[in-house]
Amino acid sequence: MKALCLYFQIHQPLRLKRYRFFDIGNDHYYYDDYTNESIMRKIADECYLPANKIVLELLKTNKGKFKISYSITGIALDQLEQYAPEVIDTFKDLAKTGDVEFLAETYSHSLASLINKDEFVQQVTSHSDKIEALFGVRPSVFRNTEMIYSDEIGEMVSKMGYKAILTEGAKHILGWKSPNYLYCNAINPKLKVLMRNYKLSDDISFRFSSEGWKEWPLTTTKFVGWLNEMDDKEDLVNIFMDYETFGEHQKKESGIFEFLAHLPGEVILKSKYKFATPSELTSEFHPIAQAHVPNVISWADEERDLSAWLGNKLQDEAFRKLYALRDDVAAVNDDRIDKDWKYLQASDHFYYMCTKFASDGDVHSYFNPYSSPYDAFINYMNVLSDFQIRLKILKDGLAVDPVELQYQISQKDELIARYERELSELKN
Amino acid sequence: MKVLMFGWEFPPHISGGLGTACYGLTKGLAKIDDLDIVFVVPKAHGDEDQSTMSLVGANSVTIEQVQSHVEKFKSQHTYLEVESQLVPYNDPDEYYTFRSQDLYGKNKFIKVDKDGKLEFSGKYGADLMEEIYKYAFVASSISADHEHDVIHAHDWLCYPAGIAAKKVSGKPLVIHVHATDFDRSGGNVNPKVYEIEKKGMDAADKIIAVSNLTRNIVIEKYGQDPGKVVTVYNAVEPVSFEEKIKIKKGVKEKVVTFLGRITMQKGPEYFVEAAYQVLKRTDNVRFVMAGSGDMLEEMVDRAAQLGISDKFHFTGFLKGDDVFKMFLLSDVYVMPSVSEPFGISPLEAMQSNVPVIISKQSGVSEILTHAVKVDYWDIDAMADAIYGIIKYNALSEVFKEEGKEEVDNLKWAKAAVNVHDVYVSAIKLFEPLVKK
Repeated sequence: MKALCLYFQIHQPLRLKRYRFFDIGNDHYYYDDYTNESIMRKIADECYLPANKIVLELLKTNKGKFKISYSITGIALDQLEQYAPEVIDTFKDLAKTGDVEFLAETYSHSLASLINKDEFVQQVTSHSDKIEALFGVRPSVFRNTEMIYSDEIGEMVSKMGYKAILTEGAKHILGWKSPNYLYCNAINPKLKVLMRNYKLSDDISFRFSSEGWKEWPLTTTKFVGWLNEMDDKEDLVNIFMDYETFGEHQKKESGIFEFLAHLPGEVILKSKYKFATPSELTSEFHPIAQAHVPNVISWADEERDLSAWLGNKLQDEAFRKLYALRDDVAAVNDDRIDKDWKYLQASDHFYYMCTKFASDGDVHSYFNPYSSPYDAFINYMNVLSDFQIRLKILKDGLAVDPVELQYQISQKDELIARYERELSELKN
Repeated sequence: MKVLMFGWEFPPHISGGLGTACYGLTKGLAKIDDLDIVFVVPKAHGDEDQSTMSLVGANSVTIEQVQSHVEKFKSQHTYLEVESQLVPYNDPDEYYTFRSQDLYGKNKFIKVDKDGKLEFSGKYGADLMEEIYKYAFVASSISADHEHDVIHAHDWLCYPAGIAAKKVSGKPLVIHVHATDFDRSGGNVNPKVYEIEKKGMDAADKIIAVSNLTRNIVIEKYGQDPGKVVTVYNAVEPVSFEEKIKIKKGVKEKVVTFLGRITMQKGPEYFVEAAYQVLKRTDNVRFVMAGSGDMLEEMVDRAAQLGISDKFHFTGFLKGDDVFKMFLLSDVYVMPSVSEPFGISPLEAMQSNVPVIISKQSGVSEILTHAVKVDYWDIDAMADAIYGIIKYNALSEVFKEEGKEEVDNLKWAKAAVNVHDVYVSAIKLFEPLVKK
């Protein structure tokens, strides 16, 4: 039997406030709480809560037959905890059904996999810890920020013990091949690679409500019809998209929630497909071939590459300057520094500096708090400068004078000796 | 003596240095006995400081028979419409709006409201040329209503008004050149603006230039008789710092500041390159480029390319108190202008105890002794001077003390006396003619 895998990504950027040169060194809080809270609240009310309600209903009525998977970034979880904790409760309810799989990713929705392996491993680990703590199961399948993938990244992920990775079924990678099979990593075949069927995924996430599209309106019957028309030899279909598709990218009025509510029933009754989670795909199917991805791909824009986040002078400069601080951050080991360090790595900051779309905005202007990429860059660098200053102060504090250190140790030794005396006196 | 003065803006409604200079000068002139000023601006908002003179807004003067007069006036003075990019100097934020806007239709009418008053926007903008000629037309009417001995017109925007007023009253015309289009355009002079400037200078009985640099341009490029052109330097209003807010300096590095419109005229690219040179040698320094303009994005790009963005900051357009905050935070102020008729901002920096580095291509360099002067293109010299001031305390202390004293002696009252002398000589030139 063929398998249909539904996976949804949940992320909300943590936006920086207007941080001016005058604030450097004086103000160490970088976030625009008002905007972050109001956007998180809006999306919780319009998307997460209603969608989760429908999904829970579906899981209950189609017990064991409907499967779904999610990944939620650490930054999104932090914001949900703060601004919409009830959303986390509804995810916990979903988790309890046992038919939901939560995937691993980077805590910060970061691009660490491209520049610093240690940082990448640390972020993935802290994210998996958080998911396990909240939902009770440790993730076994990984999805990188924005579906970023290459053979090397796959190998790195495989070494960390994950058995599969999700990525884009990019045309220039697959060529004549179909995304509708299970693949494996070119360096380490133990790691399975799940390719997104971008045509069917985008039919829902991008085109669902576009009235100029020849297939509009998209009904569940039509969609399941397409699934059934697929070649018999093909094993599986991966539908990956943002969870915000429901109620946010596609508004409630478009009928997207009805589509979600009726799709599972239609698939179960009228198709050759069963629902499966990424882990189930990995164990039930055999990889048909290696996926050769020597150059990094992602699921973004027409190019399916990294050019949305890196490549122009502004992005490269900010990215370089940020990761140059990594060793100091690790050495300092300070809670507040660690937190800001995580938040400053979010790929969104670099996305806002993209000049590709300067003329027409498009997807890049979606909830973009800045008027131009230059504006985004200036603000980010001001924040980073303050962060550097804090880091330097803490680091200088670490480098204690050896004489002073010796003195402190002797003081402590005296104290220990005194306590030992007191202890023995008390015992006697 | 009664002076009829035409300006384009007046504090608090200013968008450039012109308004500040006019304000300082009229305050200085007010200290001279027996001198009254009627200052005319396109639009009086009502909250301007009128203690030193009476302010007439051109939008509150009643006009009759408008259309026909305007036509006649236009035929005499060549009415022009120019591309909207030609904005003398304006609020940089608005500059972008103007640039992206299309001009309205070709046919323009001068509108009169039901009381017969002309509408003025009082802002630099796309239909600037229309405003200039509306203003000139109203000027002739004001000139008839207000008795005066001499007419004083500031900068090219007001030259047509000055000419019109002179035609009506027959009094001598003094024009005040704060900048020429050679400064603004870097040599690519707009012929239409040049024509207005040239006509103004030709019609003037005396010309005041804000520096010898400007005086030479007026003589050489506009073909004026050197005997007609007089240099009167600008000055600066004393500021009392006690009342200004104290601000905490958040960074411990030295701060080197560029403050001004980020346009070709101001030479921002030389500042970026000099910053790069300095940062190679010391990291105990931060650079700030404050302001906005059409070259801002290019500068951000360049700083990123040089990899100095964590030490090179941009603030965007600064308003009011933020300018003073910026000076209070600064250890060095750099003005690398390619062509600066005068340049009041270094004087403001010196008042705030900030050592200044200015380009030799600025008018202000003619009068300052306690400032480092370099060629705008000489990045090495500029970097060297910056490094010296931030590194050697003795140097910066001397600049601070001496500079402060020097700038405190540059008073508008002195400039006003010189301007008064120009008035007297202009009237004298006229007297024999009148007697005949």
